[in-house]
Amino acid sequence: MTVRTQVIPESGVKTAVPALEPLLLEIHEEGRAGRHVRGGEDADAQIPAAFRRRAALSLPELTEPQVVRHFTHLAQLNYAVDTGMYPLGSCTMKYNPKINDRVASLFADLHPRQPQSTVQGALTLLAELETMLAKLTGMDAVTLQPAAGAQAEFTAILMFKAYHQKRGEGAKRRRVIVPDTAHGTNPASAAMCGFEVTTVKSDARGNIDLASLKTALGDDVVGLMLTNPNTLGLFEERLREVCEAVHAVGGLVYGDGANMNALLGVARPGDLGFDCIHINVHKTFSTPHGAGGPGAGPLCVKEPLRGFLPKPWIVRDEQGRYHLDTARDDQPPAGLGDSIGRVRTFLGNFGVLVRAYTYMRTLGEEGLAEASNDAILAANYLLAQLRDSYDLAFDRPCMHEFVLSAARQKKLGVSALDVAKALIDEGFHPPTVYFPLVVPEALMIEPTETEPRETLDAFAAAMVRIAERTKADPASVKAAPKNAPLARLDEVTAARNPKLKWQRPT
Amino acid sequence: MNKNPYSSHTDADRAAMLQRVGIKSVDDLLTAIPKDALRPKLGLPTGMSELEIQAHLESLAAKNRNAGAGPFFLGGPVQRRYIPAAVPVLALRGEFLTAYTPYQPEVSQGTLQSIFEYQSLICELLAMDVANSSMYEGGSAVAEAAFMAVRTTGRKKVVIASEVYFEFRRTVRTYARGPDLEIVEVPTRDLASAAEGAACLIVQHPDAFGGLVEVRRIADAAHAAGALCIQVTEPHANALLEPPGALGIDIAVGEGQPLGIPMSFGGPYLGILACRFGLVRQMPGRLVGETRDAHGMRGFVNTLQTREQHIRREKATSNICTNEAIAAITAAVYLALMGPEGLRAAARLGVAKAHALAHRLSALPGCSVSTDGDFFDRFALRVPRLAAGPEGSGYALRNALLVDNVLVEATAAHYGDRDDLVIQCTEMTTDAEMDALVAAIESIAASIRETVTAR
Repeated sequence: MTVRTQVIPESGVKTAVPALEPLLLEIHEEGRAGRHVRGGEDADAQIPAAFRRRAALSLPELTEPQVVRHFTHLAQLNYAVDTGMYPLGSCTMKYNPKINDRVASLFADLHPRQPQSTVQGALTLLAELETMLAKLTGMDAVTLQPAAGAQAEFTAILMFKAYHQKRGEGAKRRRVIVPDTAHGTNPASAAMCGFEVTTVKSDARGNIDLASLKTALGDDVVGLMLTNPNTLGLFEERLREVCEAVHAVGGLVYGDGANMNALLGVARPGDLGFDCIHINVHKTFSTPHGAGGPGAGPLCVKEPLRGFLPKPWIVRDEQGRYHLDTARDDQPPAGLGDSIGRVRTFLGNFGVLVRAYTYMRTLGEEGLAEASNDAILAANYLLAQLRDSYDLAFDRPCMHEFVLSAARQKKLGVSALDVAKALIDEGFHPPTVYFPLVVPEALMIEPTETEPRETLDAFAAAMVRIAERTKADPASVKAAPKNAPLARLDEVTAARNPKLKWQRPT
Repeated sequence: MNKNPYSSHTDADRAAMLQRVGIKSVDDLLTAIPKDALRPKLGLPTGMSELEIQAHLESLAAKNRNAGAGPFFLGGPVQRRYIPAAVPVLALRGEFLTAYTPYQPEVSQGTLQSIFEYQSLICELLAMDVANSSMYEGGSAVAEAAFMAVRTTGRKKVVIASEVYFEFRRTVRTYARGPDLEIVEVPTRDLASAAEGAACLIVQHPDAFGGLVEVRRIADAAHAAGALCIQVTEPHANALLEPPGALGIDIAVGEGQPLGIPMSFGGPYLGILACRFGLVRQMPGRLVGETRDAHGMRGFVNTLQTREQHIRREKATSNICTNEAIAAITAAVYLALMGPEGLRAAARLGVAKAHALAHRLSALPGCSVSTDGDFFDRFALRVPRLAAGPEGSGYALRNALLVDNVLVEATAAHYGDRDDLVIQCTEMTTDAEMDALVAAIESIAASIRETVTAR
């Protein structure tokens, strides 16, 4: 890795940090090119002049060796699961097995419009994955279409809407309830479905406040969106009463499965009162987060919601062959029925789903159960080491993650953000900060089951060191990071004067 | 012995950890879970070794027919295109692939700069002001663009051309159930006259049948009526055709899969969404912007986040959180490697092959090109009537060709009364594949004539 020397202004100390990389545009020279594809010049005559491109096509001109170095250097500026512990709460940054990537490439050369007789292997895999997810969650039917958790939420709330409409209650049911600990996607998904959002507060033990919930409930309620364990890493202690209260007014309960990594073989959401739950396979089932995506968000539902699932459905015939019910090879497409229709162009993020399938088959029932067990144990082990150095929002055993507060450090002038940046200098990716919103100076930590004990110990030691430094020398914590490719970035100017693409020299 | 091969704990580790927590077993931590629901038997299969799972996946894959395994003319939003060897080598490096969303910019500059380059490259290609850092895929990107238009205009009617891909139109219809939008489908030729009271007109160019569309006229009509104009576009077409930004388009959307991303039976793909600068605060999804660090060095951050769900919750422009970042990085690598000449060559080869093939096929008895006007790198083919019945002649011919291992798309039931084949070419289409398609249709057509004569 190439390095540059950086002088810390206030102290004059020199540090070596990874060198930054110029933009593609800045290494462009006219006439440079690879030769990946060539020919076709006679095609221009086939395009009438009125349609031809007159605007300049000023993509950068580069050689392959330049491009390889450019993106290799950029990659080296990233922190990733492959390089170190990444304890982002609610994100489940567990190890991403390489076999999953390799087997996904076995299906790379399949077009989604291929006749079903030519994709029986792919359809078999999807059908088996649906079955496994239904068993794992205690649900009755599954769609694999949603591209991510947020799209699964949107899909489910559209289904809730269709469900109430079919029962003649579409007009009166206008409100979706979310706890104040919910991910931002929950209220945003409800709003995209045209619903109002009612926020319910948490109680003193970090549960959704049952009395406030009951006050908020009425026959105008579409449903409740609930994450369990919630974003405090706590299992809802009165979960069944919560679900029963929603059902009593005719509402439905949506399970946000972001924290499913705590529940594999531990408990099935379908046994706990949920009407549906989505799975973030890029969290629970080890598919790589891809620097922000792709994910996949299978949605698992109870029987009463089955008919509303997005189409096409994968169905099995008497001969054991799989078909899409809206586009059989041998029949014209069927209608939608109660289905809300497709939420994306094709069946789902197949390449991601193959990885999830491979992970589930590799671990098997006993391996999945062990994964959740180890994840819960690792979180409680870290919590035990950190509870004296930081404040704890709710003093209960956690599930697979926990939330600390840097409120004590804040009084000394060091914020959760400062702690996060100091962790970078300690060689760790920071945890999730300032979420959930109900905890001031929140530090949300999820170690996952794949970090060895010595790494957990090293992380705890780093956190404790930062807490000690906060007392002795808070300015040094606020000056972090010093060893990263860049010091803290000016986000205010970025938003005030947005530069969202490169500017050509004029 | 661990049951989870990716666990890093030994039994001694676990014992030490339990002791540190002060419990005997993990179950001591699970008292909040109802007893009758604790540790259910799931009925899932037992685990496999890596060797076993590799063999199992290979056996599943063997039940598929790969695109490259015979004559192949499917396409549309998803295209079989050449992927330079360096694309996956770079884009799928662990430092990109196993990173999270770049919420900590100091240790995420690789992701952030790559996405900034992606946004810049897409803006160059489409001649638009701003591109976001990706949507899930083409169809939902069209729907989110329509939502942008609805928010911008305060109107709830969305007019979409019936020559937009049927999967895209159906996705838009599903999304429209959320805010209860009115969806009107009209043929492209009637789009301009349907602008009154609309939030937007949605046109596809080249359309689902490869047809070239006079987009500027439609954009002008939209603007005269106070509506936005959204163009569904395709990346390679912009190398040769006047891009959306030069045609008066407000929002350009499309499927970015052809930019170096494998077809993978439906995803993951890349939703392209770009707009003129005035609409930037209505955009869904993440945006990367340039800034400086505390020492004045150039760096990149996620910006204008007050549009997004993690800040604005129910008032956000969209619920999107996880996107398709690695696909955007893949597209940036692809465009950097191909350069303007490589991209033009790939686009031209598709156009040249499609026109050569159309010429040969329309010389066959009973066959004619049925795309309206000029076409780009795919075309619709009207074919001889194979059989009576609801499935139509295109569908029957598609199935007859399948017997010969030739894959083409039939339009029946997806585009109103149009009962044709659609034939897509790219730089990957070989002479041998084209010969095989012509020979297969010729022989099927001949057998029909014999049957008819015999009657």
